[in-house]
Amino acid sequence: MSEKTIERPTTDEAAIAKEIEAEEKAAARQASLLRDGWADLRKRPMFIVTSLIILVLLALAIAPSLFTARSPFSDGFCQLQNSMTGPSSGHLFGYDVQGCDIYTRTVYGTRNSIVVGVVTTTATTLIGGLVGMLAGLIGGWADALLSRITEVFAGLPLIIGGLLIMSIWGGGDVWSVSFIMAILGWPQVYRIMRGEVIANKYNDYVTAARALGAGSWRIAFRHILPNTLAPVIVITTMNLGVYISAEAALSYLGIGIQYPNISWGVMISDAQDRFLTSPHALMFPAGALSITVLAFIMLGDVVRDAFDPKMR
Amino acid sequence: MTIIDPTDAVPAQRPGDHENTGPLLEVRDLHVEFQTREGVVKAVNGVNYTVNSGETLAVLGESGSGKSVTAQAIMGILDMPPARIPQGEIRFYGKDMLTMGAEERRKLRGARIAMIFQDALSSLNPVLSVGFQLGEMFRVHQGMSRKAAKAKSIELMDRVKIPAAAARVNDYPHQFSGGMRQRIMIAMALALEPDLIIADEPTTALDVTVQAQVMDLLAELQREYRMGLILITHDLGVVADVADKIAVMYAGRIVETAPVHELYKRPAHPYTRGLLDSIPRLDQKGQELYAIKGLPPNLLKVPAGCAFNPRCDKAQDICRTEFPPLVPVTEADGTELPGRASACHFWKETIHG
Repeated sequence: MSEKTIERPTTDEAAIAKEIEAEEKAAARQASLLRDGWADLRKRPMFIVTSLIILVLLALAIAPSLFTARSPFSDGFCQLQNSMTGPSSGHLFGYDVQGCDIYTRTVYGTRNSIVVGVVTTTATTLIGGLVGMLAGLIGGWADALLSRITEVFAGLPLIIGGLLIMSIWGGGDVWSVSFIMAILGWPQVYRIMRGEVIANKYNDYVTAARALGAGSWRIAFRHILPNTLAPVIVITTMNLGVYISAEAALSYLGIGIQYPNISWGVMISDAQDRFLTSPHALMFPAGALSITVLAFIMLGDVVRDAFDPKMR
Repeated sequence: MTIIDPTDAVPAQRPGDHENTGPLLEVRDLHVEFQTREGVVKAVNGVNYTVNSGETLAVLGESGSGKSVTAQAIMGILDMPPARIPQGEIRFYGKDMLTMGAEERRKLRGARIAMIFQDALSSLNPVLSVGFQLGEMFRVHQGMSRKAAKAKSIELMDRVKIPAAAARVNDYPHQFSGGMRQRIMIAMALALEPDLIIADEPTTALDVTVQAQVMDLLAELQREYRMGLILITHDLGVVADVADKIAVMYAGRIVETAPVHELYKRPAHPYTRGLLDSIPRLDQKGQELYAIKGLPPNLLKVPAGCAFNPRCDKAQDICRTEFPPLVPVTEADGTELPGRASACHFWKETIHG
């Protein structure tokens, strides 16, 4: 053993210490692909525009009371005599059929849309990501079994699945809607994750890590996972918009969020009968929905352009 | 079967190794086969070799000769299934690694036996900095803190002569040149000062000037640490200066073993002779370069008798029917040649004729 001990008198300890300090300051820098992508992203005007819209939407969702003096849940908020009154100076978006202020309801509806989008996307990413990773890593019979189970969920159309589950369990709030969409939506992330894991697990660096004594967990989470993240991040960003519009669709059909919870989908549904006489009741919630969905999908688009190595 | 000179020094034992005796690494009658749709591919058919501390064994052979599969079997990184090891022993200081538990083997990997891969770019994780990957060795095996591991990484990068190591420790693999990447692979393998390093064609992906640098570095570090080194290559030019002994593999078997200079001087197997003749030489300028005709055998149906017979210019009837065992090679007068053996019916004619 003694002849193996290596003396290294030339190393500049101070330089190393300084270097380490600088590195600590830079914090745990992420994978180079992600870092390159981020640098690229910040320069895109589309990213700045969509980010600003999303920031406003987030502000609306977090603190709606900052944007309107009224509360849709207070007594006397809806006055039937105002039913279908058009936009006026105090009430920019006018009133709906119940005589409720559309502006306030639209502002308060933001939170539900955003929460449904975020919760569903998080849930699908976690479930799909984890199960996909398991299937990809274990392979063989586990992969076959998990893939068949996934197909059962993937084969169920959202509307029919939503109708079915809602009619069994009821619901009507953001959580039940998110739950349904997560149950039916995770196969998409599963497929991406599984494919990425399989594509990466036969790479030489995995063999190399194994040859140098890394255990299965370390290989899975330290070596394979970071290499699979970019496409998952892209699909996740896109899905935010997709799930927000899906929530509106479910609510529009009466199987999503229900009264007294506010949803843009329900508002659109309520206003459609009188669209020809008073279009404002439909256009404002529909506009809010369009802008929100568009912002998230466009964000997903720029994120994909920045992160997808094949498009660079 | 005594093929390789056992007279080398007794291996330096690490503390806690008292129960294990024997040479650093001893491969005995190793068989590896792969289950494929077309049938069973017998990639390794009874390989024997021994490596002592401080010794370099070069394993030579064409693609598909089983040299890399043998190495992977030693490392325990074969995918099983489809691979299978129906028989054989791999003894590390006398202890059979094939009968060890998975966790015990994992602890040996990296710490006691390490491997250097051919293509350093694909063998390094593209999304982790080289400092992180180097430091991982210390964190996983020795439970070192991030900070200490980072300092060790810089020291290692210095050792393998990467310029400005401290500045480059946070760079990613794609930011290094091919030679530098291979140095990082070497640094990773060396990190825990293993007893044995297996280098699987470490210079194949590099250009010639860098090849020489990397080989020199490897040889220098090996001398310094007194490691055993298994150098897998198909390049006879690379091994001459570095190796102590050579094992030539063909179709999953060792067909000739010899101390390095003996082999170059007097090959005792037509295949080895063919390999040596196909090295370009200055004094043959203008002549056509010799090449062994034909292709390596399909491992699904290895020719009967000597696997090399369809390509051998000395092949006779016996070569097509009778399998030649690996036998000790002697001088014409019967004097023993330590460490030499050949698996050819006509080794006498080949070496002395």
